[in-house]
Amino acid sequence: MRHDSRFKAFSLSLIWLWMFLFALLPFCLVIMASFMGHSESTLIEMQPSLANYKQLNNAIYIRIFEKSFLIAGISTLICLLLGYPFAYIIARMQSRWKSFLLLLVIIPFWTSSLIRSYALIAIIKAKGILSSILISFGLIDHPLSILFTNYAVMIGLVYNLLPFMILPIMTNVERLDERLIDAARDLGANRFTTFRKIIIPLTMPGIIAGSILVFLPAMTIFYIPDILGGAKSILLGNLIQNQFLIAQNWPMGSAFSTVLTIVLATLILVYLWVSRGSKKREWI
Amino acid sequence: MKLKALQNFSYLGLIYLFFYIPIIILIVYSFNNTQYSLLWHGFTWRWYAELFSDSDLWISTWHSFFLGIASATASAFVGLLAAVSLYRYRFTGRSFLNGLVFILILSPEIVTGASLLILFTFLHLELGFISLLLAHVSFCIPFVIVTIYSRLVSFDKNIFEAAKDLGANDYVIFIRIILPLLWPAIFAGWLLSFTLSLDDVIISYFVAGPEFQILPLQIYSMVRSGIKPEINALCSVLFCLTLTLIVLSQLALRKKA
Repeated sequence: MRHDSRFKAFSLSLIWLWMFLFALLPFCLVIMASFMGHSESTLIEMQPSLANYKQLNNAIYIRIFEKSFLIAGISTLICLLLGYPFAYIIARMQSRWKSFLLLLVIIPFWTSSLIRSYALIAIIKAKGILSSILISFGLIDHPLSILFTNYAVMIGLVYNLLPFMILPIMTNVERLDERLIDAARDLGANRFTTFRKIIIPLTMPGIIAGSILVFLPAMTIFYIPDILGGAKSILLGNLIQNQFLIAQNWPMGSAFSTVLTIVLATLILVYLWVSRGSKKREWI
Repeated sequence: MKLKALQNFSYLGLIYLFFYIPIIILIVYSFNNTQYSLLWHGFTWRWYAELFSDSDLWISTWHSFFLGIASATASAFVGLLAAVSLYRYRFTGRSFLNGLVFILILSPEIVTGASLLILFTFLHLELGFISLLLAHVSFCIPFVIVTIYSRLVSFDKNIFEAAKDLGANDYVIFIRIILPLLWPAIFAGWLLSFTLSLDDVIISYFVAGPEFQILPLQIYSMVRSGIKPEINALCSVLFCLTLTLIVLSQLALRKKA
């Protein structure tokens, strides 16, 4: 019996110690730091104030916040529009190739995303492949100059995050009860009505899970705007990274991180609230 | 009906093209005998030769692999104990721990990185291998817990009752029953952690020190400083390596099933 409790005590104390030290404590430190001051000589000055949060109310920061939301939002929407049909087709497929097709989605996603974003440059640069193809088809007459703009950042984000949209929707569509669709059709609904009234609501948890999984990183992957975007493509992630590692203003960076976390936590709560109907907690 | 199937397949094809074209381009250009032009100037192994003689790159590759193996092993160990505890025991704060795992998976990497940087500075820990290891283990543990837990849920709980009736204590149950049954899930968790660790840029960027250079950060600085065909060669090598690993693990899994 003594052996029993010793094993349990060892496991539990190890986990709690780890979680406390490397998850809870650092986060509390961020919140604490966000209320502290900053000076040239010391990283964090121990003078509690709300100054950092007051500084957030600054036109430049607000613009960056808005732009991050906009770019992340549009990228999420594009991922949804591209990913939903894709996930739907694969999930409803009755083929032995299905698992292979799924694997094909995951393979690029196991290769460094840094490398793949870098590879995108060859496609979208002015004399790159995309422009050449469009010109040879006569769709445009001048090479596109989208590299180092917000469009390039969005292409990079969609490219990197599309699998995160596809996978949750796919699991959701797979669980869809075929009979509900048949019933809707029997009752006279056309394809569009069936899609709008039956399929979309039933796959909503997947849509929301996918959107969160795309939206959250889209705001904070700082290396994609860094590689593909121009000088103006500063997103929230770049701002936080900059405050911590270049401006060395940790309290300010902490304030950004705290605000970001609060916003994202709200989004996650909305997700939990929407998916509360499903009995099983969905581990992504 | 045929037309619809054709439409579906061409749509899938287009998306796959979108996924794979950049990778194919990289591989093709890694053999292109020119530094700047996008036109084909003939086949060459030059960039591979340059890559293999670049000792800095090899050192950071070795560092990355070592870090990946160490952090995957440590996070598989802690994650395994955590998943088994979450599954078998009812303890105070169990649902809190459950929620914490969920939050940690979703929390933005940049906040994790920044908060760990503050923690390490607060603890006066010098940035380098140890800080990277602790950071990587921390962000991998939740993924290991989820992988192993989802496997544990499919177990028949009666096995544990039977083992208890036959006089096994928790430690014996863990060694003799849970471990043998869980090997595939532990391996999956380990592999996931290894890839996550090998690929991580954001968190590493915050907690890496100058003494211990790792591959993703080295690639990042190479990419930022300009286009070099050597990077194409490196990317191709890494891609083929990942592909081989994936095919091997798929074959191993298929044999088991």
